[in-house]
Amino acid sequence: MSVVATIARHVLRDAVRNRVLHGATLLGVGMIGAAPVAGRLAAGQDVKLVKDLGLAAIELTGLFVAVFMGIRLLAREIEHRTLDAVLSKPIRRHQFVLGQFGGLVAALALALAVMAIGMYVVLAAAAWWVEDTVLAPAPAAPVVDPALLKAVVLTFVQLAVVAAAALCFSTVASPAVAAASTCGFYVICHFGGELRNLGSVVDSRFAASLAAGLSYVLPDLASFDVKAAVVHAQPVTVGYMALTAGSGAAYVLAFLVLALAVFAKRDLT
Amino acid sequence: MMRAVRLSDLSKTFRTGFWGARGHCALDRVSLDVPQGAVLGYLGPNGAGKTTTFRLLLQLVHPTSGAAEILGRPVGDPAVRHRVGFLPEGARFYDSCTAEEFLVYVAGLFGYPAAERRQRAALQLDRVGIGAERRRRLGTYSRGMLQRVGIAQALLNDPEVLFLDEPMTGLDPLGRSDVRNLILALRNEGRTVWISSHVLSEAEAVCSHVAILNRGRLAVAGSIADLDLDVRGWELVVAGVGESQLAACGIADRRVTSIADGRHVIDLPLEQPPERVVVELARRGARIVSLNPRHETLEDYFLRRVHEDA
Repeated sequence: MSVVATIARHVLRDAVRNRVLHGATLLGVGMIGAAPVAGRLAAGQDVKLVKDLGLAAIELTGLFVAVFMGIRLLAREIEHRTLDAVLSKPIRRHQFVLGQFGGLVAALALALAVMAIGMYVVLAAAAWWVEDTVLAPAPAAPVVDPALLKAVVLTFVQLAVVAAAALCFSTVASPAVAAASTCGFYVICHFGGELRNLGSVVDSRFAASLAAGLSYVLPDLASFDVKAAVVHAQPVTVGYMALTAGSGAAYVLAFLVLALAVFAKRDLT
Repeated sequence: MMRAVRLSDLSKTFRTGFWGARGHCALDRVSLDVPQGAVLGYLGPNGAGKTTTFRLLLQLVHPTSGAAEILGRPVGDPAVRHRVGFLPEGARFYDSCTAEEFLVYVAGLFGYPAAERRQRAALQLDRVGIGAERRRRLGTYSRGMLQRVGIAQALLNDPEVLFLDEPMTGLDPLGRSDVRNLILALRNEGRTVWISSHVLSEAEAVCSHVAILNRGRLAVAGSIADLDLDVRGWELVVAGVGESQLAACGIADRRVTSIADGRHVIDLPLEQPPERVVVELARRGARIVSLNPRHETLEDYFLRRVHEDA
């Protein structure tokens, strides 16, 4: 276990020093910071827009971090031949993959935490400084609403699934193919309902059955999206959070098992 | 003598082509025993299968057939990894890490406690001559410095068997000399060192054994002393004669080098029988100091075997 933690710490340190990830996170924070300006343009929607844009920025930036890191981690180690040196030490391949994933998830959590803090700072500033604000918070929702964290947490779980998928794809494919596959996976998994009902709009029974089958196998990432609910002060129960996070963890586990099985057999050339 | 490494009919065929329908045989039934304490020079042209052998020994690729053992245990045994070190060819490591951080990380992979990690890292960085630069990021290092860091990480666990894939690559003459001395020091400590190299003169200087690989097949293996090196001529050292007497014996000036104490080294070609020259010189009062065959160099031998094999 300590070897996995050692690798995870190393990946996290590498990520923290990565300029691309710095840039992405700062861009996310910048988008959140600019949200009040957009709020001004939509009269009476200041706070709602800050929340909407803030949560969307967190998800988009997190998605970039998950895909960018997920597809590059293994590929870079192989390309630079660092993997040869690392795997010649007394570690197992599965420990290496788990450590890489641990570091990736930790980096993701850090990026999301920084952006969430940024969002709360902007919301607090909007509530405190803007005297003439035509605050029109969603009914019963405070401006600085702790419930927003529920959306951030489920976004994190969703992105952990995407990161696990990216890592899994990168064990068999080139970075470009893995990136395309991960983005495709993300999009398809957001349209589970549409896939299930494809039969009503296409004639091909095969295509309809295939789409329906996929919708049952692939995770329904739309279920992780509670942004609208928390912004509008609709209840997101602890039970729902636990169930959704649990299903996310199960998909993470499944992708990791697949990645480990493939990586264990792979010739590293 | 105990065996450090044994390869038994080890083969590797890589699947190529879109569907993996074609095969490329990188290593073809290679059997080789490396005695403990030997410094083995693993020689061969590009694509001969040298790096593939290392990758098989470290389980980075899986063999198509055959088996390999290190220190009497199968290569899949994780305990073996505690006793080996490996320098991959042309590794870049992590640009964002300092040399010190990288070595501490690698020490962590062995499970050493935190204090020992730093201690081992410092010791090996000292050993390969990385001084204050150890706190600089690896991304700013030259090829030669990275090679030194690579050697340091390979030595971190005080290995009994060391695999060095092209250790001289990217090193300046000073760096080569340092690595050569390091290898000799490791040999004197009784460690087994397996080096792949294109720099045959370097291999000749440090290796006790040699194995030549060509197109995935082992062309020759054994100790350097046992190689059937061709005799290319004779080196005769004489004293007590002048250059005029040497010329009178039919020895051309260009073949004579005067050394200290009135002695001369005479480079005799193969076609000139040394016995006749020795008798003639002795008759003229010369004292024969030594007569030795001049063998082809390892490089000559390597080229000859590769051409024969082709």
